[in-house]
Amino acid sequence: MNTTITMPQLGETVTEGTVAQWLKSVGDSVDKYEDFVEVSTDKVNAGVPSPVTGTIRELLVKEGETVATGTPIAVIEEVGAASASAASAAPAESAPVPAPTAPAASAPAPALATERPQPGPSSNGSPAAGAVDGAEAEGALRGASPAVRRLAREHHIDIRAIKGSGSNGRVTADDVLAATRTGAPAATAAVPAAPPFEAPDATRTSTYAQPIPGTTVTLTQARRIIAERMVESRRTAPHAWSMVEIDVTEVWKWRVREKDRFERETGYKLTLLPFFVRAVVESLAAFPLMNARFVPADGSNQASIYVNGEVNVGVAIGLPTNLVVPVIKNADKLSIKGLAIAAGELIEKARKGKLGVDDLAGGTFTVNNNGANGSWASAPIINGGQAGIVTMETVVKKLVVRDDDSIAIRSMMNSCLSLDHRVVDGYVASGFLADLKRRLERMGPQGEL
Amino acid sequence: MAVVSSTSSTVMNNVEAVRATLYEAMRNDDRTIILGEDVGARGNVFLITKDFIGEFGEARVIDTPIAEASIVGIAVGMAMEGLRPIAEIQFADFIYPSFNQIVGEAAKIRYRSNGEYTCPLVIRTPYGGGVRGALSHSVSIEALFYHVPGLKIVAPSFPDDVKGLLNSAIDDPDPVLFLEHKKTYRLIKGEVPDGHYTIPLGKARVRKAGAQLTVVSYGLYVHWAIEAAERLEKEGLSVEVIDLRSIRPMDKTAILDSVRKTRKLLIVHEDNKFGGVGAEIGAMVAEEALFDLDAPIRRLAAPDVPAMGYALPLEEEYMSSPAKMAETMREMVKF
Repeated sequence: MNTTITMPQLGETVTEGTVAQWLKSVGDSVDKYEDFVEVSTDKVNAGVPSPVTGTIRELLVKEGETVATGTPIAVIEEVGAASASAASAAPAESAPVPAPTAPAASAPAPALATERPQPGPSSNGSPAAGAVDGAEAEGALRGASPAVRRLAREHHIDIRAIKGSGSNGRVTADDVLAATRTGAPAATAAVPAAPPFEAPDATRTSTYAQPIPGTTVTLTQARRIIAERMVESRRTAPHAWSMVEIDVTEVWKWRVREKDRFERETGYKLTLLPFFVRAVVESLAAFPLMNARFVPADGSNQASIYVNGEVNVGVAIGLPTNLVVPVIKNADKLSIKGLAIAAGELIEKARKGKLGVDDLAGGTFTVNNNGANGSWASAPIINGGQAGIVTMETVVKKLVVRDDDSIAIRSMMNSCLSLDHRVVDGYVASGFLADLKRRLERMGPQGEL
Repeated sequence: MAVVSSTSSTVMNNVEAVRATLYEAMRNDDRTIILGEDVGARGNVFLITKDFIGEFGEARVIDTPIAEASIVGIAVGMAMEGLRPIAEIQFADFIYPSFNQIVGEAAKIRYRSNGEYTCPLVIRTPYGGGVRGALSHSVSIEALFYHVPGLKIVAPSFPDDVKGLLNSAIDDPDPVLFLEHKKTYRLIKGEVPDGHYTIPLGKARVRKAGAQLTVVSYGLYVHWAIEAAERLEKEGLSVEVIDLRSIRPMDKTAILDSVRKTRKLLIVHEDNKFGGVGAEIGAMVAEEALFDLDAPIRRLAAPDVPAMGYALPLEEEYMSSPAKMAETMREMVKF
C-alpha cells in the first residue's frame, strides 16, 4: 500500500513550506516516526517523521523547492502492513501528515543558558516487580533523604522504581542498598545533584551541527533568512552598545533553592532566564522607548517611532543548525513562574522542531542568552524592528569590593545591550540597563515566584 | 582509659567516685585545694568531702561565704599562682554570679596572656533534675557555657568515667567545668578501677552498639537512652547509644562515624531544646554528613520553660524518660 506524504502545515498562518533537505533517497527504507525530510518555513526547520514503516518510492519535490501546504511531496510504500498494529490507525493515503508526535529523533539541542544536558527518563521500561505507580513514585522522590539520593546516584538506581519500606512508603537508604544487591530497579540516575554553578560542558559541542571540512554547506532556508535579516538590521539600525555588571548572587541562591521543587511541580527547569526576563519587562515598563521600533519614512509618512503597547520578549534558543528566537507573548503579564513555564514550553517545541511561525512572530524586545557557553561580553545584533537586544552573559564568581569597602565573593553577570540609536540615545539606554541591574540585585530568596 | 595502675576495682556509685577521686587528688598533690560553700566542716551537702578538713586542714579545704563570684574569682587567682584549686558551686543553679569569673576570666587567661599563664581550675557542680529539686535545684547549665572557647565541659554518666575524667580535669592546665548529675549520684553504680587513672577529655564512648539509629546523650539521659534502646532491641530494632562524656571538646569523629553507619541521629538532653547542645551537634552533622542522613535529625529535650516544676507531673513533663525516648527512637528507626 502506498502512502502519499504532503507538505505539513508548520504553523497556523503558514501556507507553504520548503523542502530543505531529503534525509532519505528513493529505495531507502524508513521506520515509522523516523524523520525522512527536513522542511523549513521562514525561521522554522522541522524534521518530518514518516507515518508508516516502508520504502521511499517517490520524492515529488526537489530540495530548495517551496510548495503549498497539502502538496504531495513523497510516496512511501508501506511494508508489513498486515503485521502493523491495527490500533496504530495509519493515516489514509491522502491524509495530511500529522504534526510530529514522535520523540525527537535528532540530536538534542542545547537548551537555554544555565541548563545543562540532563539524563533522560529511565530507559528501563519494565522495572522489576515491586515497581510503583506514577503518583506513588513521585511521592517517593519527594521524600527521598540526602542519603537515599546519594546512594541512588552512586549506584544508578531509580528511586521511583523502588518500593519503600519506610514510614508512609518512604524509600529508605536500606531499600536502595537492598536494590543494589538484587539489581532489580537499575536505571539511569534519577536525581542528579546540580552543582551550584553549571559551567559549560565541553561535550556539548557535539550537539552542534558538524560540517565536513573542505566541503560547501548549502544554506538552509532558516540560515539564509538569518543571514539576510542580520545584514539588514546592521545596515538599517545604527547599533550602539553598552554593558553593566550585575550582582546576581541572591537571584542565583533563590533559583538554586527553588529549582528542584519547581521542576517536580511543573516539569520545566528553572533557569536564570525567567528571573532575568521578569526584570527586563519591568525595566521596559519604566523605559517604554526601549520597547519601541523605528518606522522609516515612506512616500506618505515621515519617519516616526512606534512605542509598542504589548511587551513580547523574544528569547534566543540555540539549535544545532541555527538560532531560533521564539517569543513569550505579553511577558509583562507573567510571573517568574509563568515566564519559566512559557520559556520551557518554547524550548521543548524548539527541540522537537515544532515551533510554528506564530511562536516566532510579534517580538518587541529580545533577550539573548549568550552566557551558556561562557561568553563574558557580546555585541548582539538587534532583531529587526526592535529598539534593543539585551544579553545574559555567563555568571562567574568574583571578588567584589562592596559599598562599605568590604570584599566579598559574589556571583556576577555582565549584561550587554545593543540599541537602535535611531530610537534611543545612550542616556535612555544606560538608564534602562541601570534599572535592570537594580531590579535584579533587589531580587532574592525572599521573593515570590 | 589511661594509666591504670591496678587491675582491681571497687563497686561504687557516682558520688562515691567523686569523693574517692577528690580524696586521692588531695592526698597525692599538696597543691590541690578544695573551696566552696559547706565543703569544710559540713563536708558538702552530699557529704562528698566529709572529714576532708580534719585530714587536710582548713588551708586546703576552705569553707567560703555564700558568694559564688568570690569562690571562682579566688580559685582563678590560686590557679594562676600555681595551685590546683577545685572550686565547688553547691548547685549549678547558683553558678550565675560567677559567670564573669568563669567566662570572662578563667576561659580567657591563656589566650589573653599569650600562653604565659594558664588556669588549671576545676569547677565542680551538681546539676540536673529528677530529684524534686524544682526551681533553683534542677537546672542544666551546659549550654550557657558551651559557647565559650577556652572552657572545657565534662558531664560523666558512669562511676568509672567520673573518676577518670575528674582526674583528667584536675590535671588539665585549663579551666574545666565538671558537671555531676544529681540523680546519678546514688542511682548509678559500677566498677571503678582502683588506683590513679585518667580518661582523656573530648572522647565519647559508645555505650551500646547499634545499626539503625544513633542516639547521642550525656549525663543521666545516657542511662535512660540505653534503657530505651534495650527495649527496642526486644522489638528487633537496633539503636546505638553514644555517651558524649565531654560536651566540649566534643568528639565529632565518634558522632560522625556512628551517623555514617546508622544514617539517623537523635540527640537527647535534659537542657532546654532551643540553643542547646543538641543544636550544635545537629548543625555539625548537617554540615559534615548531610548526604549520609536518611532522616531528619531530631532532638528530644526540655520544653522552653524557665524552670522545672516541683509537682511530679510537671517534673515528668519537663524531663524525658525511657518511654519517651523509646517512642521517638521507634519513630526514627521506622522513618
